[in-house]
Amino acid sequence: MYFLFEVKEGLYIAFRAIKANKMRSVLTTLGIVIGIVSVTMMATAIEGVTRAFEKSASAFGSKVLYIQKFPWVGGDDWWRYRNRKELKAEFAKYIAEHASLVDAVAPDVTTFKDVRYGTRSMLNAWITGTTHEYQEASGTTIKDGRFFSQEESDGGRPVCCIGANVAETIFPSVDPIGQTVKVGGYPYKVLAVFEKQGGLFGEFTSDNRVFIPIRSFMSQFGSHHDVTLNVRVAKDVDIDNAKEELRGIMRKLRRLRPAQEDDFNINEQELLTQVFGAVTGVIAAVGFFITGLSLFVGGIGIMNIMYVSVTERTKEIGIRKAIGARRRTILFQFLVESALICLLGGIIGLMVSYPLSLIADQILPTAMPVSVVILALFVSLLVGVVSGFLPAYRASKLDPVEALRYE
Amino acid sequence: MNNSEVINLQQIIKTYDMGGAEEVHALRGVSIQIRKNEYVAIMGPSGSGKSTLMNIIGCLDTPTSGLYEFNSVNVSEMNDNQLAKVRNKEIGFVFQTFNLLARSDALHNVELPLIYGGVTSADRKRRAREALEHVGLGDRIHHKPNELSGGQRQRVAIARALVNQPSILLADEPTGNLDSKTGDEIMQLFEELHRQGNTIILVTHEEYIAEHAHRIVRIRDGMIESDQTINKRTPALADQGR
Repeated sequence: MYFLFEVKEGLYIAFRAIKANKMRSVLTTLGIVIGIVSVTMMATAIEGVTRAFEKSASAFGSKVLYIQKFPWVGGDDWWRYRNRKELKAEFAKYIAEHASLVDAVAPDVTTFKDVRYGTRSMLNAWITGTTHEYQEASGTTIKDGRFFSQEESDGGRPVCCIGANVAETIFPSVDPIGQTVKVGGYPYKVLAVFEKQGGLFGEFTSDNRVFIPIRSFMSQFGSHHDVTLNVRVAKDVDIDNAKEELRGIMRKLRRLRPAQEDDFNINEQELLTQVFGAVTGVIAAVGFFITGLSLFVGGIGIMNIMYVSVTERTKEIGIRKAIGARRRTILFQFLVESALICLLGGIIGLMVSYPLSLIADQILPTAMPVSVVILALFVSLLVGVVSGFLPAYRASKLDPVEALRYE
Repeated sequence: MNNSEVINLQQIIKTYDMGGAEEVHALRGVSIQIRKNEYVAIMGPSGSGKSTLMNIIGCLDTPTSGLYEFNSVNVSEMNDNQLAKVRNKEIGFVFQTFNLLARSDALHNVELPLIYGGVTSADRKRRAREALEHVGLGDRIHHKPNELSGGQRQRVAIARALVNQPSILLADEPTGNLDSKTGDEIMQLFEELHRQGNTIILVTHEEYIAEHAHRIVRIRDGMIESDQTINKRTPALADQGR
């Protein structure tokens, strides 16, 4: 009961004090406002980057394995990987026949060529040669048209499917389906346009690519390119089991003895996520440290102003002590005051950073997480209590006789 | 020493250490007893130690040595929190400069001792209002100190001092900041409060103010110079502690 009176009286006094020193309160609070805005914006930015990454990473498909010569991450010994034997497109067929845990396997090879249609062109577009199984294996979706058939693939027909960006670049006003484009000088009929994928890995998604049958690719652009085998893991199959099965098949294909190391890598989206998680972790740590500093400076401002406030109100403290306020009561009164200033700062900070996060959303899809809102309020309260403690403690220890004499 | 003694000071010594070997002896062995419903004036020139004595009686300060019993309870060795409780419940202070909280209205100023005493809100408002009515300020309860005259401010302070029904009313130069007419009104209020049964201790250096009291204790150089009862002469208490 007594404690409740103290809280109520503390809040009453705090509001009075803030009202009486409006300009000072505003300036002091500004430090906390800036601190809270920078910390919450940092959190929001990281949230945005993480979301963008997750969206981009999903373009690789969580159930797709990529058998390649090089690993995606941790490639510290480039020469070792460089000297590995090339993968062959024919492996795809063998894997499809021998693996039980996969749905589709498609090889792909890639090079860069100019793509032209009339006077419009896209220089150095990413040209991928693959089979009719690619669409199923990679999980890409077609917006308009159809992917090439097995006959077109096996026969090396001059047909192609183009990514969303390619379509936008060379067919700004014409329906691309049925048109003939020049890929590296050779004519190809457009069968389909892919759905736009977007995200951070634009180069690796289908957006900037032109897909042609692998046999056409080999005969026109050469057969010396690195082959990637895209493998779609069957539904309801654990990806690690599929990976193990693939490894066994690959080792058999390569005739490796038990003591020999793998001379290929099986990559997956998960690897990127892990690396990205580590990177964002570091960015977050550094970012929160720097923005936390501004909050710290704000806290010092609060401490400073609370010292001023205590000195100014020495007489008042004396009066309160004379009529029966205990040490704890005085301590509490000043703690409530600094906590209230900081909490107000936190609330104002959130009111500033929320609209800012909406603006940021236009550039990088993001949202201020609820956890950040709660944490920001808690942190501002904590800053108030911590930075108010020393001044409040000094107030509580004042000698009533001395304090009453103070003018 | 009978039970009606509110204050019993025995050989109170107060020494201030001014740093180094220098010491100031503010009180050099003061013994004094004050009974219930007495009206005592403590007089003395500045530097006599009367302020120190008042601070000790008011439990704002503790003696270096000696015994201080308040309502037969030893307060000379109490800690800060215990002293705060005695000040809150048993002592009503009236100061020369009123010492009201400038940002609070009269009612909240009078409520303050009740807040620290843990009295519930409704009860608190009623008692504070009654105390203000008692000093003739029933129509000024929502005025802030700067909206009140000096005399009215001192009445608010007296209401605040009385609201917890303390054992003693301790007034330090209560008319020092008032003109003589308003001062007289305040002194009449004290006399009325005395008639109603309150114990009043008045600290002053003005002879004509001290004459309102029924007993005058004079302090000089940290010791009691004289202790005389006027009007009602009770020789038993006279000249004690000399």
